[in-house]
Amino acid sequence: MDERDRPVSGVNKLWPSASAALDGIVRDGMVLAIGGFGLCGIPEALILALRDTGVRDLTIASNNAGVDGWGLGLLLENHQVRKMISSYVGENVEFERQFLAGELEVEFCPQGTLAERMRAGGAGIPGFYTRTGVGTLVAEAKEHKDFDGITYILERGIRADLALVKAWKADLCGNLIYRRTARNFNPQAAACGKITVAEAEIIVQPGEIDPDEIHTPGIYVHRLVHNPHPEKRIEKRTTRKE
Amino acid sequence: MAWSREQMAARAARELRNGYYVNLGIGIPTLVANYIPAEMTVTLQSENGLLGMGPFPRDSEVDADLINAGKETVTFVHGAAIFSSADSFAMIRGGHIDLAILGAMQVSEHGDLANWMVPGKRVKGMGGAMDLVSGVRHVVVVMEHSAADGSAKLVRNCSLPLTGKGVVHRVITDLCVLDVTPGGFEVFELANEVTREQVKQHTEGSLRFRDGAS
Repeated sequence: MDERDRPVSGVNKLWPSASAALDGIVRDGMVLAIGGFGLCGIPEALILALRDTGVRDLTIASNNAGVDGWGLGLLLENHQVRKMISSYVGENVEFERQFLAGELEVEFCPQGTLAERMRAGGAGIPGFYTRTGVGTLVAEAKEHKDFDGITYILERGIRADLALVKAWKADLCGNLIYRRTARNFNPQAAACGKITVAEAEIIVQPGEIDPDEIHTPGIYVHRLVHNPHPEKRIEKRTTRKE
Repeated sequence: MAWSREQMAARAARELRNGYYVNLGIGIPTLVANYIPAEMTVTLQSENGLLGMGPFPRDSEVDADLINAGKETVTFVHGAAIFSSADSFAMIRGGHIDLAILGAMQVSEHGDLANWMVPGKRVKGMGGAMDLVSGVRHVVVVMEHSAADGSAKLVRNCSLPLTGKGVVHRVITDLCVLDVTPGGFEVFELANEVTREQVKQHTEGSLRFRDGAS
């Protein structure tokens, strides 16, 4: 097909700002899925905008809980989080304080199980069996089932009211490309949101991304925000000699 | 003489085989990467979504978008692949990773592993450890033979909450190398000048020495 004749798919999903994109779709007590691994690939602008909405009693499925003063740590400091579903939360002193004080509930979930729970939720799969966690605290009160002589436990898919993700590049239809290991949980978080808002460093016109290169198809993304210069804080800067 | 941390890492590197896909945990297991023989190709997996992890970057190469599972800045090698967390754990859970080398607080004679929480102490979470030990084909633990307070880490039953049940195949300590067998711990290699008596003294649970273990 002549490129000039190719019709444009989808609607323009770009919103003028992160706070505008969250307007009208956040409420107290909602369940969120948020992408990122540590501080890598977190939707910085959307987290700041979410903090500024002041919504409370949030349940957040995210591998980690940020650090003091950045990422999801900002929501914790503001006492907006009721429950975290995470695999590892060791980098956050305020988190620890609220957890020990009983102000914050934590559901520890093995990392691969968490990723699969989001993937399953987005794929319309309400639960799946996994060997991970059998014989541990994670298996308590969960259904056990043997397949071919091996015991598995039933884990539930996660369907979030709202997902916030970070991409490197997006087109106006919401097709996303992630960069390096900033991909991590973002594709699964994007898929499991009833509403998904993505922020991207680069936003291009439809047709400027080859369809073969897309990691998250735009069908999963409802609103898009441009954040050209995220801070991208580094938790552990490790180097070798020049 | 008991092995040093470096010597334990070097010993653990002898578990590697050409062409292996390997996941290395935090601590001594990370050091194993320094002892991969030059003539051997081993691909390192980082469970945050990288297959083909390289060394730490030079200062000028640091990229905030490229980290390992310990959240340290890293590089990737030629032939590397990057993917999502779900894909990463699909290859782990699906048994595609040949070997995981990780640390532990306790290992039982049944191969039970405890390495993620101590009741009453700050709990950080299990991260990907439960997925790794239940999904990877061969699980090797590298740890000190005894805890800092002198208590045994190789035990009849783990007193700490488990990371996985019946998942450990081999343990490399500062004193010896042993396999977890249906009959309990079976030592087949001792560190230089370490005696069987020493190993017995610091091990709880059923312990045997394979013929010729020295």
